Parts: sequence; structure tokens; C-alpha cells
Amino acid sequence: MPPELEAVFTTPPARASRTPVAPAVEAPPPVSVTIDGVEVRLDLPTLCYLENLAPVNVCRVCVVEVTGSRVLVPACSRKVEPGMEIQTESELVRHSRKLVLEFLGSSVDVSLAGPREPDGDIARWAERYGADASRFGVAAPPAGAGVRDAHEPGHHHAPEGSAAARAATVAQPVKVDNELYVRDYSKCILCYKCVEACGEDAQNTFAIAVAGRGFDARISTEWATPLPDSACVYCGNCIGVCPTGALMFRSEHEMRDAGTWDEAAQTVTETICPYCGVGCVLDLHVQDNTIVKVTSPLDSSVTEGHLCIKGRFGFEFTNERRRG
Amino acid sequence: MDLHVVGPLASPVERAAVDAILGPPDSGWSGGVRDSRTDGHVARGGHAARGRRELLLPALHALQDRVGRITQPGLNYVCRRLSVPPAEAYGVATFYSLFATAPRPPAVAHLCDDIACRLAGAEDVAADLERALGPAGAPARDGRMTWLRSPCLGRCELGPAALVTIAGETPVLDAAGILGRLEASVRREESTGAPRSPSDVMRTRASVPQAGSGAPLRLLARVGVADPRSLDDYRAHGGYRALANAMAMGAAATVAEVTDGKLLGRGGAAFPTGRKWAAVAAQAAQPHYVVCNADESEPGTFKDRVLMEEDPFAVVEAMTIEAFATGSSRGYLYIRGEYPLAEARLTNAVEAARSGGLLGPNVAGSGWAFDIELRRGAGAYICGEETALFESIEGKRGEPRNKPPFPVEVGLFGKPTAVNNVETLVNVLLILGDGDGRGGGARYAATGTDGSTGPKLFCLSGHVARPGVYEVPFGTTLRELLALGGGVPGGRAIRAILLGGAAGVFVGPDALDVPLTFEGTRAIGASLGSGVVMVFDETADMVGTLRRIAAFFRDESCGQCVPCRVGTVRQEELLARLADRVEVRSRAEELALLGDIGRAMRDASICGLGQTASSAIESAFRQPELVAL
Repeated sequence: MPPELEAVFTTPPARASRTPVAPAVEAPPPVSVTIDGVEVRLDLPTLCYLENLAPVNVCRVCVVEVTGSRVLVPACSRKVEPGMEIQTESELVRHSRKLVLEFLGSSVDVSLAGPREPDGDIARWAERYGADASRFGVAAPPAGAGVRDAHEPGHHHAPEGSAAARAATVAQPVKVDNELYVRDYSKCILCYKCVEACGEDAQNTFAIAVAGRGFDARISTEWATPLPDSACVYCGNCIGVCPTGALMFRSEHEMRDAGTWDEAAQTVTETICPYCGVGCVLDLHVQDNTIVKVTSPLDSSVTEGHLCIKGRFGFEFTNERRRG
Repeated sequence: MDLHVVGPLASPVERAAVDAILGPPDSGWSGGVRDSRTDGHVARGGHAARGRRELLLPALHALQDRVGRITQPGLNYVCRRLSVPPAEAYGVATFYSLFATAPRPPAVAHLCDDIACRLAGAEDVAADLERALGPAGAPARDGRMTWLRSPCLGRCELGPAALVTIAGETPVLDAAGILGRLEASVRREESTGAPRSPSDVMRTRASVPQAGSGAPLRLLARVGVADPRSLDDYRAHGGYRALANAMAMGAAATVAEVTDGKLLGRGGAAFPTGRKWAAVAAQAAQPHYVVCNADESEPGTFKDRVLMEEDPFAVVEAMTIEAFATGSSRGYLYIRGEYPLAEARLTNAVEAARSGGLLGPNVAGSGWAFDIELRRGAGAYICGEETALFESIEGKRGEPRNKPPFPVEVGLFGKPTAVNNVETLVNVLLILGDGDGRGGGARYAATGTDGSTGPKLFCLSGHVARPGVYEVPFGTTLRELLALGGGVPGGRAIRAILLGGAAGVFVGPDALDVPLTFEGTRAIGASLGSGVVMVFDETADMVGTLRRIAAFFRDESCGQCVPCRVGTVRQEELLARLADRVEVRSRAEELALLGDIGRAMRDASICGLGQTASSAIESAFRQPELVAL
């Protein structure tokens, strides 16, 4: 029998407002919630959190205010304790979320970021919190291929003169080094999910890790080795957990480049992987009668969202129209 | 996990360097070519190899020291020996600034261009070096040497300072000569058996002006008096009396005395030491660990370096007491990689204590076992954060953990851990070495004020006549401390004083009468931090100082959480825009934005680095007379 927990929450405002208003007007009265072994779902933005991975609490977009805590705490990983008073939309919380969204929006291409459900994408959160990434100036030009991979820790070129009015970004060319998926680190918010999925939370392959430090930190194989030479086994579980579209099926990447990717025109068909006896649940994303992407539901008891190279990528033959 | 290692084999030199740390490989499975006749068809390594992950940093140091960089074959060899995935090991190697993964000459002068050395003319030295050797990082003199800019090296009283690292089987010692005018500390300079030379004594006096002056010193009592290399000399000057007292009293009474002494941590957070020890001692989970945080990297801080160089046995004795009090049998001393002399003297002290029966399976004949391992950092300010320090000892990237749980419950290797700063530990000796130790806490607490007990070391640097480490009782005013240091040279006026380092706060000359206590500085919105008192006179370049602080935090952010990773970049860019008059929007909006950035870093960052990265900068902007920007 779990102990009865008393926790106080404030609810988010019913409607998003573009311009932030005074907190006294904004904050609705606190609502008491009794948690009695029952999971309470809060309407909180999250980026680095995923229920099938251990929380790393690095994106800080889910921070909440806990009475008695000097700083905000990440809702994704902080355990609720009896008597805890929590505010999920206080002025303090909204300020930090706004700045986090501005920091990401000004340094990373977040155009495809954020889960589609239940809270909508990152642009809607930006609207909710009044985030304006242009406050930091025009984006600096993208780095050349491999330049960011070679940055050494503890040394950077200090901004000077007119270059100072340019906001540093992680923009760089897309890494296309294999037939199955691409890595567009211009879209990487460094949520660590791919590293976790590749490593101890799912695949146990450890082909990628975080390298470098500070703003030069990046997801990398050893010595930025191309994937075919690395330990990668092409399970694609990193793609499955990537919240920003930085990791993407090559098929999707090329269709997006060609302007033919159309999610509204796609259907999703659930089936069972035909390759082995495990029985992994597959969601086939189909556009124009062609499979363009394969995922697996996070809540599948068999896969918990993870697949192997066969289920993830072994669909090309179905697109072969000739019959022998 | 299937270890996937590709590329050429490590050179014999690299293998020898790694084997010197890890021991010889027990089969071809641990590196090199596998031979099925001798190795069989059985997989080896696994848990046993992975259980030695904590030796990753020492092995990387061995490669860096021997060949001047970490090569792919060398790293591969370490990965095979420890069964660490190459991607992960690469992530660790690229986290620390003293490790080079790109080609780098064997001799490197790391020139400190941080805030205190800037005041001492570091930029002039940088210009000299650029004329002599070319731009920073470029190979010079037939690829034998180069120079790099470095954050604070903890030699602020002697600046401008540089650390010269020389790699190779036979180090090219003439590098120091070529870099002539630098105050250089060259690794391996210390020959532990040699008697103290007059130049040693001169250097001690330069760092500790009070030494030998007749001032009533307690924390610094042995500095310049006892030979830091000699256990006998240490004992002749009161050493190991505190440990004997503690063992006679028992662990609980030892903790009680430290609690009675109201000793607060001197690393910056001012947490009650007694409460920390009691919490670890009470934990059911085993084993317990003690860790000495000697990763002193806060710009402007050098007190721990001086203590470790001049009184290393005190640190060893205090760690032993801490272990006894908290029920620990193993201690780690994590010292920053930029302190070769302190490391050499501590290594000597640990070995001498071990052979003297004061460490090891039977400490002081009591039957109780305790030993200390030294671990060298590799250039990362963040590793001074206690949980990042644990990660680093465990052979990982120095990324702070989220708290709670706190180290007293879940610390090093996931076990209850008491982690204390060097100066904090040395204070413990004053409490327990007093008489038979009983009542020592109460007598210790009589010094200082109610909220800040005991003596305190301050690191005085910048525009003062005699910079150095000064020991005064808590409650001494800023004015009195500056007077001890001889005041501002040339009779110039004080413009600002930085209290607590880059993570601290600027105060103006109106704060000279503030008592230097935790509560006194808190009352004026400042903090003592690690004891930094850096003086800026009316000629000081404050804008350049603020920009250096901003650059420091950008360089030293671990990059884990968004507010700090991007916030420190945006803060630096914004200062550059203000200084260069290229604002994105109106000046007022830019200043508001600076406040917004600071607030988010303070509220939402994982650890203290991000939470204080805007502190000094924002404090300067709150006082328009300090900085005209």
C-alpha cells in the first residue's frame, strides 16, 4: 500500500497568450490534488523525457517550482514527496521555460521538434510562454562539415565586433554516410535520448556518446567515424526516440528535401514484424501506397518502441512492384 | 555489449604507458592480437574489465603524458583493456581540456589569461609568446612546442602564470628555458628526497607573506616551518595528534566535536561539516567513501594549492580522521591536473604515511583499515562540483548529477560519501588536535563569530602590494585584510573588489567595512565563496574582466543542460555586443535580456556552475560606477 501523498499543484492557464501578462493575473488559484498510488498527468512540456528511457533531466523545459527549493526542479525525474507544494505554471517557471525555448530556438533548428501528442509541438509552447528567439540576433553562418566535430574543450573564439551580433548556432551540413538513416545535427538539442537508446536503456551497442564540452558538446561516434565503420547495428532505435527530427529515415529525409513528404496524406497500419518469432509490433507509415517509415508504439509490451534493423528498415522489398 | 574497436594497433610506447597503470594484459583479449592457441575461444574481459572503469582517466593521463596526445590506436588499447566502448571513451577524452585528441606538440605552455593574471599583465606575455612562437595552438620550433591560453591556474599571487606540460619518454626540458619569463611549474620538477632549498623557502614566502612573520597562524602554522616532505617533521610539529585523539574518543565523539565546532565547508557552499559526517556515518548502505575535493579551480582561488604544497600531511591526516568518523575504509583525493607540485607532495605524503603505518590495513596499530588514492583531474572547472567530481573519478565525463539524492546517501560509486574541501579538512585538525580533543569543538568555535567559526584563509590577488594566502579569524573586515596585503600599490583608488571568484560578486569601496563572515557578506548580497578577494584599482579594465568571466563560463560549462550550455554563450555574446556597440535592439532591451538570461541560468540549471554563471556580471551591472558599459 503506497503512502498517501498530499501535493499541491497549480494548473496551467486555459488558453495560451502571446504576450506574457502579470503573474498575479496569469496564475490561477492552486488546486489540491491527492495522489494515492494514482499517476497524475500534468500538462507539462517535455523534450528529453520519454517513458521508456531513464530521465536525464537536461532540457529543463519541464521545470516546476517546489516550495522550499532554492532552484526549480525537473518534473520528469523529481520524486513526489508527501506534503510537497508544486507550482507548474508560476511566473518563475514560465520565465525559465520561455528562456529555454528561446535558447533552443536561437541555436538549433527546432522546426520539427516536440512530440505531436499530447501537447503539440515546440512552436505552440513558444507561443504559450511568449518565447522570441530573435532577441539574440541573427544566426551566425553554419559551420563547415566536420568543423564542430574538431572543436577542443575549453577553447573558443570569443565573439568580436560585428560578428558579436550573430548568435552562435549548431548549424552544420547533414551527415549522410549510409543507406538507412541520416544525422542532421543542426536539429540536435542534445537530449541524450539517442545515446541512451543506443546504450544501456535499449540496444547495448554504445556506438554513440556525447563528445566535447559546453556549447561544442555533440553526439558523436569515436573520432566522428562514419557510421558504417562504427559499432552501429542500424537498429534505428535512436531515430525512434529523437524528438527533433535530427535523426531521420533516409527515405523521409529525401522526400522532405524533394518537397514530397506529406504527413497528412499518410496512413499508419499496425502489423507484426514477419522476420522472426519475437512478434514485434510495427506501425507502417504509408504514403502513396509506399512504406516511408516504420515505428513501433512506445506502449507495446513486446518492443517498448524499440526494433532491430530488420523490422525498422527491412521493408524495401514491399516497395518493389515487379513480381517474379 | 560487443566491443567494436577498429583501426591500427597502439604503439609499443603507448601500450607500455597504459600497462604501467593497468598492469600487463592477461591475454590477447585485453588488447593486441588474439592467439587462439594461448587465449582459447573463451571471451574474457566483461565484468572484471568493466569493474576497473575508474582507471580510465589515469590511463588517458598516461597516454597524454607519454606521447603528448591521445591517439586513436592508444585510445583503442585502453578501450580493450577496460572494455569501454570507444565512443564513450572518446566522449570522456574530449571532455577534458588537458587531453589532446588532435595532434599537439609535446611541450605546451598553458598561459593563464584569466582575471587575476590579466591584471598582472598576462596579455603582454601572450603577445610575447605570439611573437616568439606564433599564434596560440600553432606548432612552433620544429613542432616541438606550442602555447595555449588557459583558465585560472591557481597561481594568482605569482602571476602572470603558466603551466608547462612536457610529454615524452625523455622530456624536452629546455622548453621551460625558451619560455623564459614565465613563472613555470614543470611537471616532475619535484624530487621528493631533496632537502628544502633556499628558493623553496622564497617561494613559500611569496605565496604566504605571513609565514615567518610572527603572526599567530593556526591553519598555516606549519607553512614555511615544517618540511612538507617529511613525515617526521610533520609529527614534530604536532602532526597526527588529532588522529590519535579521534581514535581515543571514538567515531561518534569525533563527529560531535566537529559539530560543536560549527565548522562550515570552505569550498563555497558553507554546509555544516558535522552534519555531513553524521549523515554518512548513519547510512546503512556499505561501503562508505570519503573524498577530498582538491579540484580548486574557482578563478582567483589558490589557498588549497598552498596548503597541499606546504602541509600535505595535514590533508592526509584529516582525511584519515574523516574516514574514521564516517566509517569509511577508502578515500579518494581528487586534485586538479594543473597542480603538479601539490600532487607530487601529496603522493609523497600518502606513501610516507603508508610506510609509517598511518594508512593501510592497520592504521596506527588500531586494526582499522583505511587508504587513500590520488586522482588527477584533467582540466575541467566543473569537476569541482561534487557530483561531477564523482563522475570523473568513476572514469566518466564530468557531468553533474541531479540532486536529490545527495552524496551523503548516493555518492561515489552510488554509495554514501562524505566529500570535503581541503581547507575544511585542515580545520578539523584544529578542533581535534586541541588538548586531548575533548571540548576542542567548543574552543574552536570561540574564534570568529556565531555564524562563522574558526580561522579563514583568504586568497588576496589583483591590485594589492603583497598578494597571497592570508589567515585571519572570521569577522576581520575587508579593510583590515587589504591592509595586511599592503593595500593598493601606488596609492591608487579601489574601483571594485571581487568576492568569491568568478561565481561571486563585485562590491565597491563602500563595502570595505563589511566583516568577512558568511552572514556578513550575505547581508550585502555577496558571498565569501572560496575566499577570493581580488582587488581592481581605478585603472583596471573592467569591461575586459567581465568579458573574460563570461568566456570562462562558456568554456567551462559541461554542456549538459540547456540553460547553462546556451545561456553562457548568449551572455558572452551580449557583453560583446554592448562593448562593441552592435546591439540587436535598444540598449535598455539588451540590459533586460542580460537579466533574463541570468535568471533562467540561476533558476533552471542543474548545478552551481550555471546557477552562478551570471552572478559576478549581474552584480557589476547593478553598480554603474563599477563598469561603464
